[in-house]
Amino acid sequence: MNILVCVKRVPAPGARINITSDGQQVDTAFLGFTVSPHEECAVEQAVQLVEKHGGEVTVLTLGPAEAQEQLRTAVSTGAVKAVLVPIDTTDWDPQRTAQAIATVITELEATNGKYDLILFGNESADSCGYQVGIRAALKLDRPIVNGAKGLDIENSVAVIRRESDAGVEIYKLKTPACVGVKEGINLPRYPTMKGRLASKKVEITQSTASGEVGGLKLIMLRRPPERASNTKILGNGPEAASAVVDLLEELGVFK
Amino acid sequence: MTVLAVVEHDRGIITTASFGVLTAARNLAKQMGAKFEALTIGANADALSEVISKYGASTIHQAHHQALIDFGPEAWGESIAQVVRKTSPQVVISSGTERGHEIIAQAAARLDLPAAMNCLEFDKDFNGTQPLKVVRARWGGSLMEESQIDAPIKLVTLANHIVEPQEELSTAPATVLAIDVDLDDSVTQSFVQDRVERVAGVTLATSPVVVSGGRGVGSAEAFAPLEELAGLLNGVVGCSRAVTNNGWRNHTDQVGQTGTRIAPDIYIACGISGAIQHWVGAMASKNILAINIDAQANIVTKAGYAVIGDLHVVVPAISAEIRRRRNL
Ligand SMILES: Cc1cc2nc3c(=O)[nH]c(=O)nc-3n(C[C@H](O)[C@H](O)[C@H](O)COP(=O)(O)OP(=O)(O)OC[C@H]3O[C@@H](n4cnc5c(N)ncnc54)[C@H](O)[C@@H]3O)c2cc1C
Ligand SMILES: Nc1ncnc2c1ncn2[C@@H]1O[C@H](COP(=O)(O)O)[C@@H](O)[C@H]1O
Repeated sequence: MNILVCVKRVPAPGARINITSDGQQVDTAFLGFTVSPHEECAVEQAVQLVEKHGGEVTVLTLGPAEAQEQLRTAVSTGAVKAVLVPIDTTDWDPQRTAQAIATVITELEATNGKYDLILFGNESADSCGYQVGIRAALKLDRPIVNGAKGLDIENSVAVIRRESDAGVEIYKLKTPACVGVKEGINLPRYPTMKGRLASKKVEITQSTASGEVGGLKLIMLRRPPERASNTKILGNGPEAASAVVDLLEELGVFK
Repeated sequence: MTVLAVVEHDRGIITTASFGVLTAARNLAKQMGAKFEALTIGANADALSEVISKYGASTIHQAHHQALIDFGPEAWGESIAQVVRKTSPQVVISSGTERGHEIIAQAAARLDLPAAMNCLEFDKDFNGTQPLKVVRARWGGSLMEESQIDAPIKLVTLANHIVEPQEELSTAPATVLAIDVDLDDSVTQSFVQDRVERVAGVTLATSPVVVSGGRGVGSAEAFAPLEELAGLLNGVVGCSRAVTNNGWRNHTDQVGQTGTRIAPDIYIACGISGAIQHWVGAMASKNILAINIDAQANIVTKAGYAVIGDLHVVVPAISAEIRRRRNL
C-alpha cells in the first residue's frame, strides 16, 4: 500500500506573531519552522497504516528550498520518499497550490502507479484555507472526506471516523481516495536513531510544476486588536489560595 | 443580483451557526441592493423554510435527491455547485464550521472559483460588481488577513460567533423552489454510513469552568490535584498541546488552534506559558486565572488574574481552602 502525504512548511511562532513591515508575511527572523499538527498526524497515520499493511510512505511539499527540512523530519519518523515542488515566493494561493500538487502527483503516479491514499491536513496552520486537499482530490478524480479522527483500510476501502456535534460518523471510501486528517487521530512518534540517519541520506526528488494564479489575493496581514490587560496578581504561592477563592465566589462559580 | 446563504443543518436540524449566516447574508444583500435567497440541502431540511423565512429570505431553494438523506461533503458540494450554476448569485455564504468549510470548498472546486474561509468582515462598499474585499482569520484566529476575491461569484464562510443572529422585523413568506439535483456515484460515496450519537453532558467546549494544565504539571499522575479542583468547581480539565504530545492526556482535552475553542466563565491555566496557538483557544474565556512560577510568562501578562507560584502547591491549597469554607 502506497501513501502520499502533503505537508506545508510554516513558521512556528511562540507568544505572538509579528508581521513584516510590508504586511505581506509573518516575520520569521527569529522563528523556527514546522508543519501543521494535523499534517504531522497525517504522516504518523500513513506510517502506521504501512506498518500494518505493507507499502511505503512518500511526503510531498510545495514550498521554498528550505522546506526540505520538513520533508526530512517526516522521513525521520518513517516516510521513505520525499518530493519537493520548489516555488520562489513564500506562498501560492489555494487554487494554484492545488493545481500544482495535482499535476506533480499525476506525474509521480505515471511512473510509480496510483497511491492508494493521499493524505492532507484538515487545514494548513498558517493560511487555514480548508481547501487545497479538496481541490487537489477533485482534479485527481478521487473522493475526499475531511476531519478524519480515525482512518483504517479494510479490503481496499478507507474507513474514516469523524466527530461532529451530534456524534461519531463513519465514512467509507473506495481506494484510491484522499483524506483530510485532524490532530488527535494518533500521537505522532519521535524520530528514531535509524530515522535520523535515513533523513540525512534521503534523496529529495524535485518536481517543478506551474499553476495558474487563483482568484483569492492577499492584500495584507494584520494582527487582531489585543485585549488590554492589567493583570491582577492575587498573590505568591499557597498564601494566594484565600484570594483565589474570594475571586471564585465573587464570580459566582459556587452558585 | 443575489446573495445565497447555504443553510447548514444536521438531519433537518438547523445549526446555530446558520442563524449568523442568514443574518450576514441579509445584511450584505441589503447593502448591495440585491435579493437574499437561501439554499437547503436534502428533503429532510424542507421544514426549515419557516424559520429561514423569518430571517427575510425571498426565495428558498430546496435541493432534492435521494442521496441527500444525510450529510455527504461531495454530494452537498455538488448540489451547491448546481444551484449556483442555475441561479448565478454574486455571493455564496455558509457557516465557518467543519461542514461549512468543507461544502464551500467542494462547491468552489467544482465551479473552479476561489473561496475565502472564516471571514470576519466584508467590504462595506461592496455593490456586487467589484472584487469583494474581506478580512479573514488565519492561524486559527491569531492573525487576520485582508484579501480580495477576484471572481464573478464569491464563495465564503463566515467565522463562527461573529455576527449576532437577528430575525427580520417584517417578512413576507419566502417563495419555495424545489430543485432536483443530479448526483452520480462519483459524489455519493463520501456519505455518512453510520453514526454513534454523542451522550449528552458537559464537555470541554461547554463547561463554565475549565481547570487546565500545561507542561509545568510534569506528568499524567500530577493532573490529580487539577481533577480534584475541577471537581470542586463542577468543571472539567483541559490541557495544552505539550501535555497531549507527551501522552499525559487525551487530545479531547486540548485547548487551542488545533484543539477545542472554549469560552468558560473562568479558565484556570496552570503551568501553561500561553503560546499564541494555545491562547486563541482560550481567549474567549470571560475570566482567566494563570498559575505560573514565571511572572513574565505570556499567559500571566495577558490574564486578568494570576498567582505566581508552583502549581503543585498552589492548586491543592485552593482546593483545601474551598473545602474549609464549604465544610467539605
Ligand atoms: C500550528 C500549531 C498549532 C498548535 N496548536 C496548539 C493547540 O491547539 N493547543 C496548545 O496548547 N498548543 C498548540 N501548539 C503548541 C504551542 O505552540 C506551545 O508549544 C504549547 O502550547 C506549549 O504548551 P505549554 O504552555 O504547556 O508548555 P510550555 O510552553 O513549556 O510552558 C510551560 C509553562 O509552565 C510553567 N511552569 C513550569 N513548572 C511550573 C510549576 N511547577 N508551577 C507553575 N508553573 C510552572 C513555565 O513557567 C511555563 O510558563 C500549536 C503549535 C503550532 C505550531
Ligand atoms: N504548499 C503546500 N504543500 C503541500 N501541501 C499543502 C500545501 N498547502 C496546503 N497543503 C495541504 O493541504 C491541506 C489544506 O491546506 P489549506 O487549504 O491551506 O488549509 C494542508 O493541511 C496540507 O496537507
